[in-house]
Amino acid sequence: MDAFTTHTGVGVPLRRGNVDTDQIIPAEYLKRVTRTGFEDGLFAAWRKDESFVLNSPVYADGSVLVAGPDFGTGSSREHAVWALMNWGFRVVISSRFADIFRGNSGKQGLLTAIVSQDDVELIWKYLENNPGAEISVDLVARSVHAGEIVAPFEIDDYTRWRLLEGLDDIGLTLRHEDLVADFESHRPSHKPVTAPA
Amino acid sequence: MAHALDHRNAAAEGSQRDVMAGTLAEKVWDAHVVRRAEGEPDLLYIDLHLLHEVTSPQAFDGLRLAGRPVRRPDLTLATEDHNVPTTPGPITDPVSKIQVETLRRNCEEFGVRLYPMGDADQGIVHVVGPQLGLTQPGMTVVCGDSHTSTHGAFGALAFGIGTSEVEHVLATQTLPLKPFRTLAVNVRGELPDGVTAKDIVLAVIATIGTGGGQGYVIEYRGEAIEALSMEARMTVCNMSIEAGARAGMIAPDQTTFDYLRGRPHAPTGADWEAAVAEWTSLRSDDDAVFDAEVDLDAAELTPFVTWGTNPGQGLPLSASVPDPEEFADESDRLAAANALAYMGLEPGTPLRDIKVDTVFVGSCTNGRIEDLRAAAAVVQGHRVADGVRMLVVPGSAKVRLQAESEGLDKVFTQAGAEWRLPGCSMCLGMNPDTLAPGERSASTSNRNFEGRQGKGGRTHLVSPLVAAATAVRGTLSSPSDLDSASRSNGQLASATTGEA
Repeated sequence: MDAFTTHTGVGVPLRRGNVDTDQIIPAEYLKRVTRTGFEDGLFAAWRKDESFVLNSPVYADGSVLVAGPDFGTGSSREHAVWALMNWGFRVVISSRFADIFRGNSGKQGLLTAIVSQDDVELIWKYLENNPGAEISVDLVARSVHAGEIVAPFEIDDYTRWRLLEGLDDIGLTLRHEDLVADFESHRPSHKPVTAPA
Repeated sequence: MAHALDHRNAAAEGSQRDVMAGTLAEKVWDAHVVRRAEGEPDLLYIDLHLLHEVTSPQAFDGLRLAGRPVRRPDLTLATEDHNVPTTPGPITDPVSKIQVETLRRNCEEFGVRLYPMGDADQGIVHVVGPQLGLTQPGMTVVCGDSHTSTHGAFGALAFGIGTSEVEHVLATQTLPLKPFRTLAVNVRGELPDGVTAKDIVLAVIATIGTGGGQGYVIEYRGEAIEALSMEARMTVCNMSIEAGARAGMIAPDQTTFDYLRGRPHAPTGADWEAAVAEWTSLRSDDDAVFDAEVDLDAAELTPFVTWGTNPGQGLPLSASVPDPEEFADESDRLAAANALAYMGLEPGTPLRDIKVDTVFVGSCTNGRIEDLRAAAAVVQGHRVADGVRMLVVPGSAKVRLQAESEGLDKVFTQAGAEWRLPGCSMCLGMNPDTLAPGERSASTSNRNFEGRQGKGGRTHLVSPLVAAATAVRGTLSSPSDLDSASRSNGQLASATTGEA
């Protein structure tokens, strides 16, 4: 995973709440066995509408998505994160994220910045008045900068540290393999196993 | 939140852990902490890891790239469900085929047990685990699938994970997790006849919203929950994720033990006695404090259906399509307007007047034997309405066999319904079972998202009873509509008008 400190890129205003992962990437696009190429399915149904924001050439290089509340609800599919990143997004801003989506994002290095809905409204207005404008997201200072707007964002300390350092979770856990083995040695004998008896 | 965190911090220091009151979720959590350190997530041990073909290929690929083995193949189980056709014959979609073949290759290479298409134990992953007796009280269960919350019906802490986490569990049998908050959903009193577990959970989601459970583990409590069968409890816990909660739990009791006894992977002999003794202690202490509580009166619940494009947009069947202007909150208003445009519905239309093209009975929400029995009892002696197709898709091969041994397949086919092979099917349409654009379904599945059941398809989430009655009448209906001479009386929902 690449380390993340700051990012500056074109902001894309997505005036929608409850953006579920079926909208981010419909099931028919989930059949690949790789982590790449999912950009073709990103918001596939909405992109059929010519007026959909991502269809505007102004946002072709968009990398900071600014969405309504409850982003990433529903299915656990990590493909939603891959699709956003394959498209070029590095940051999603929303006032509330679904748990699994936010967790998946943290594993892949997609920053989910929790900004108050009032600030999201201000950023939406700024972007709509200045289509194609860039937004800066500073993970060190935990702030979003859009024109004159400076909006603080929330992210938990541990995820922030991992993103700043670009650390791999599995490697971190394997440092404690002795503790895992010790735990296993104390598991009750009645716990089931899947293997044939 | 403070309570849960305080509790865990105290436990970490080894102080007074045993004398502090705890919720069921906290007890199961605490029993699985491998490592706890200040400022870091807890490292939790995972007792059972379930896999399917959609969310696992990239995880196995990651292991291969890093040269890591599966740490505990004996705690891991795979099944083919999302892509499998429900009509006889091989997978015809080449991309689906590659995905299923990839799972087979990965399971062979890494030594993971797999129940493939055609196997006697194949089925939807969340139907297979419980029916084998692999899902037991007090366990931690994960799967790369958000409906893993289903297994919480046994008093297990069970939740969906992403593919990176699947890889993490394969490699380490653990997951780093931040503590959840706890939410008690108390369903007091007795459910009226004709009101089911599905109606309970749809009402809960409509009450707290699709984000209401965000960050919480829900514990469902109260007389109405205790009276439910295991199948019905699984339906309730299954849809916890639709309220934003990663997990839903129900304290194990005699109903749980009776369901488990004698199942292939249930403990036997002295192990059974030891297990039941441990399971009996798995309940929230009387003085345990939840971070939040919600109360519902079971007696006021009625058959519930969704009208919109998220599972929180639901109402009693007796209600009418709402007017977006009635919503106070601007984002709710916009969401309702978008939903009605997508669903092709006019405000004020009685929900009972909505005509459907397709009825789907199945999925990890309502594809178990009890669900099929309930639907069969309603369609028995009736015909599926002209112009309506009804698909009945058992949740597993075992459920299908059981249903056939009871003659349910005949009841369905004689009524004009299609009796299919097990799989996820039209819940998400990764196989050929999809809605055409503009088609409308009454579906016992869990998500009415735009396009979920096929591009442009319109979904109303319903219970198996409502699904079956709807198939017969062709419009959203409850079984009482079939019994009554005219549709103006005898409505189950007529006793109440409240919007849950």
